[in-house]
Amino acid sequence: MKKLWNLYVSWFKMGLFTFGGGYAMLPMIQREVIEKYHWATEDEIMDYYAIGQVTPGIIAVNTATFVGYKVKGVIGGIVSTLGVVSPSIVIISCICGLIQNFSDLPAVQSALRGIQVAVCVLMTRAVINLYKKGVKGIPTFVIFAAAWVLSTFTNISTVILVIIAGIAGYVLYSMELKKGGEAK
Amino acid sequence: MNTFLLMCWEFFKTGLFAVGGGLASIPFLREMSIKYGWFTLDQLTTMIAVSESTPGPIGVNMATYVGYEMFGIAGGLFATLSLVAPSIIVICIVAKMLEKFKQAKVVQGIFTGLRPAVVGFILSAVVSIFLMALFNVDAWKASGAVMDLFKWKAILLFAGLMAFNHFKPKLHPIFMIIIAGAAGLLLGF
Repeated sequence: MKKLWNLYVSWFKMGLFTFGGGYAMLPMIQREVIEKYHWATEDEIMDYYAIGQVTPGIIAVNTATFVGYKVKGVIGGIVSTLGVVSPSIVIISCICGLIQNFSDLPAVQSALRGIQVAVCVLMTRAVINLYKKGVKGIPTFVIFAAAWVLSTFTNISTVILVIIAGIAGYVLYSMELKKGGEAK
Repeated sequence: MNTFLLMCWEFFKTGLFAVGGGLASIPFLREMSIKYGWFTLDQLTTMIAVSESTPGPIGVNMATYVGYEMFGIAGGLFATLSLVAPSIIVICIVAKMLEKFKQAKVVQGIFTGLRPAVVGFILSAVVSIFLMALFNVDAWKASGAVMDLFKWKAILLFAGLMAFNHFKPKLHPIFMIIIAGAAGLLLGF
């Protein structure tokens, strides 16, 4: 019960303080899921993000379900997902009912522009942390650079890029295993 | 079919077929607008704007918004639950398989490739947030003056927050968001 409650509260917080898409949630996930509760490691979060890209649904929700499932099975997955969507339900319902033209309000615009700057700072740290974990040696650097360039400058679907990266990873891994074998 | 159930079904389908995050669900919402006339395309534009300026994943915000506009609080709740139901089902199955095959060499190999790729995707997202938050490319293009390229107040705030983050690395990201939001409000960004 305690664990389920922690999952709900923690994902509620993450939903409440994320502005934008799933990636913007990363700094919060690092703090809550990885550092505070040790529900998952950095490697696992990267895996979940990658799987979240090629499976249906919203990445933030997929990641919440993954972490919840790992901690407490199916019920954990459900509770985490409910946690991450609860703030949206409450906030959007209030805004629809009370305020017209919410996003046009100058105060909202100003606050959001400030928040964007915080997201820059937080994401810089998050991406450096992940880079240290995920990119080791020249072959993985090539995959990283190719993924960055292709996702920035081309319209190739992320789904295709994930599949190519997976195949490249498998080829690389098999080659290294072979080399390791011969060295012995 | 009852419109309420039909709406739930449409959101379930969106959750099942929109691969790759919240913005991928926009085409599905357009289709709902055109096919059923539940909301106009103008309203959809407002919904996207509100979803981007409120906390929470954009896709979830949009589902709540559409549901609320149609059927009030119950509509928002059920539209969202219908949207996330496929994720819960699919991810629980994938997670179970992953648990079983995690040690398999094929899976290990695939993930060696996926991890650096994910870092690349995230970097790409970070660069676009930077361009949006700290630079004003349109103003620069319009005037040709290099000074117009930079949002000076935002850059100062960025420098301040970076320094703050360096000296207080343990501070929860939530506080950073609150401080920056307040700064944006007070300084009139």
